[in-house]
Amino acid sequence: MFGRGIGSAAAPIPNIDMTAALASLAMPSPVLTASGCAASGRELDQFFDITKIGAIVTKSVMLRPRSGRPTPRMCETPSGMLNSIGLQGPGIEDFIEVDLAWLEARGARTVVSIAGESVDEYGKLAQKLRTAGGVDAIEVNISCPNVSDRNQVFACDPEMAANVIQTVRRQSDSQTPIFAKLSPDVTDIAAIARSVVRAGVDGLTVINTALGMVIDVETMRPALAGVTGGLSGPAIRPIALRCVWQIRQALPDIPILGVGGIRTGLDALQFILAGANAVSVGTMTFNDPSAPMRVHNELALALQERGFGSVSEAISYGHRGADIFEVVGEGEIEPE
Amino acid sequence: MPLQVRGEVLDVRRAGSYYVLSITALGIPEQYRPGHFVTIGIGGEESGLILRRAFAIHQVQSRGVYGGTLDVVVGVQGKGTRWLSERRRHDTLDIVGPLGKPFILPKEGVPCVLVGGGYGSAPLFMLAEQLRERGCRVDVVLGASTEEKLYGVLDIKRVSSMITITTEDGSSGTKGRVTDVLPDIMERNNSAVVYACGPMGMLAAVAGIAAEYRAYSQCSVEESMACGIGICMTCVLPVIGDDGITRMVRSCVEGPIFRGDLVRWDEIGTIPADALGAPALDMS
Repeated sequence: MFGRGIGSAAAPIPNIDMTAALASLAMPSPVLTASGCAASGRELDQFFDITKIGAIVTKSVMLRPRSGRPTPRMCETPSGMLNSIGLQGPGIEDFIEVDLAWLEARGARTVVSIAGESVDEYGKLAQKLRTAGGVDAIEVNISCPNVSDRNQVFACDPEMAANVIQTVRRQSDSQTPIFAKLSPDVTDIAAIARSVVRAGVDGLTVINTALGMVIDVETMRPALAGVTGGLSGPAIRPIALRCVWQIRQALPDIPILGVGGIRTGLDALQFILAGANAVSVGTMTFNDPSAPMRVHNELALALQERGFGSVSEAISYGHRGADIFEVVGEGEIEPE
Repeated sequence: MPLQVRGEVLDVRRAGSYYVLSITALGIPEQYRPGHFVTIGIGGEESGLILRRAFAIHQVQSRGVYGGTLDVVVGVQGKGTRWLSERRRHDTLDIVGPLGKPFILPKEGVPCVLVGGGYGSAPLFMLAEQLRERGCRVDVVLGASTEEKLYGVLDIKRVSSMITITTEDGSSGTKGRVTDVLPDIMERNNSAVVYACGPMGMLAAVAGIAAEYRAYSQCSVEESMACGIGICMTCVLPVIGDDGITRMVRSCVEGPIFRGDLVRWDEIGTIPADALGAPALDMS
């Protein structure tokens, strides 16, 4: 039986407080879309009411229009996919005029994901968004693996990551929450998390894709024109969950948006139990365009079945019994 | 507007090297126009094959005992299409559609030629019917590498003025490719519009011939896609816009039907240097 689309709408809605918050962003649902997996919401609005989920996280936008990488850009992998889109998009001005204006008129909450090639570009993007309407939060994509210089992923270096965040913080409206999207391709993700928190970020999006590769055994060449690409989907879910858990242990109070291979309400519940305040449904939206709404409904049912009255009661519940403040080390973190 | 529906398999039948699936899909046939496609989820809810597969809609019946039904033609190319070919009556499928922009039909009864490569003939049947209803002459050219890879030769005869078959191995019809016979047919019938569906190489060649004969061409492209609804940005190809600017456009929502003279066929798989947002030229 397919619990999707038309099926899920018919299920009784449990009496659970599904409201969620990421820093100052209050939402009626803890389920959001993920950057790069929902465009700017318009296409998905054909399949479910996008104002009913937490927020639309828009595809990372850059300063200027960008064509992205050549095709093939995509390759299916076991329980996942590899992509090297290369941040194709209309550029910030067109985005504000067309996409953001549409989202605001539609009444959807919007987290705008931005990506720059330099610290300066991130600053300019934040400046442009400062005067635009309809920006409920900014997600700083410092971890896209599909940039020209893959050795220059900001999220792999605590200092560079902090520089970007400081600049965006300075250029943004102080009322707009800023999240940093982290890469799993690091030795110590908690160290990166601490660094961006010190730099003034209001929350963390955990995680972006993991860098991967497939070789086509017929052509005996890399399957993607971009050679390597970002791995996403259920294949990376355990990695994403581990990252959320580790960061929650290191930083007990920082808002976390958990992302990585969430397909069902029970997957979302795992992230919330690990410490996520909200979750994004990403790649599985390609599989099921109703997935964000369906996951919301399934999560409500899963919470009810476990005796929770609200989402917030379940956050970090998986850590109970452990003193999560103990793992911080060196006493350098002051809980917010 | 596309719908996501749970369809029931009514029938799976072999046709040459292909499988034809008839599926109930309430609400989709009613909106169908020739050229539309559907995507089908593979392997059920727990499947490790997470990407939907896209298929041109072959036939629809809007009414009948089952309500709306549609047919798709499946060529087994990998695990996903194999799974689909193994479905049986009463199995359920997750269907999204109708998707994409349909073929544009001429207002008047002008001579048309329809070119299908392999099971690329699938979307041409109902197109042929609708063109005939408008008083168009409909010539059909179907080609494949070998006879069993042709699809629907007998059925399409009923809705065409004349049918020409080509196979690369000569097992049926003229030995060669569709492009070997197309110029003659266009010349003889004064074809005004060429409709084509098949592999990219064939489409590029057909678009070139159409341009030579100053005919309008409508090509249905097959780019690999992850979502089919416009959110993943994987199925892009370089297409020239009304403003003369080349953009990397999504074949799922801006296509899959494109005017043949606007697609930069030779540059598919690249980012043309003059495309909007192309990387700056390295002048060093």
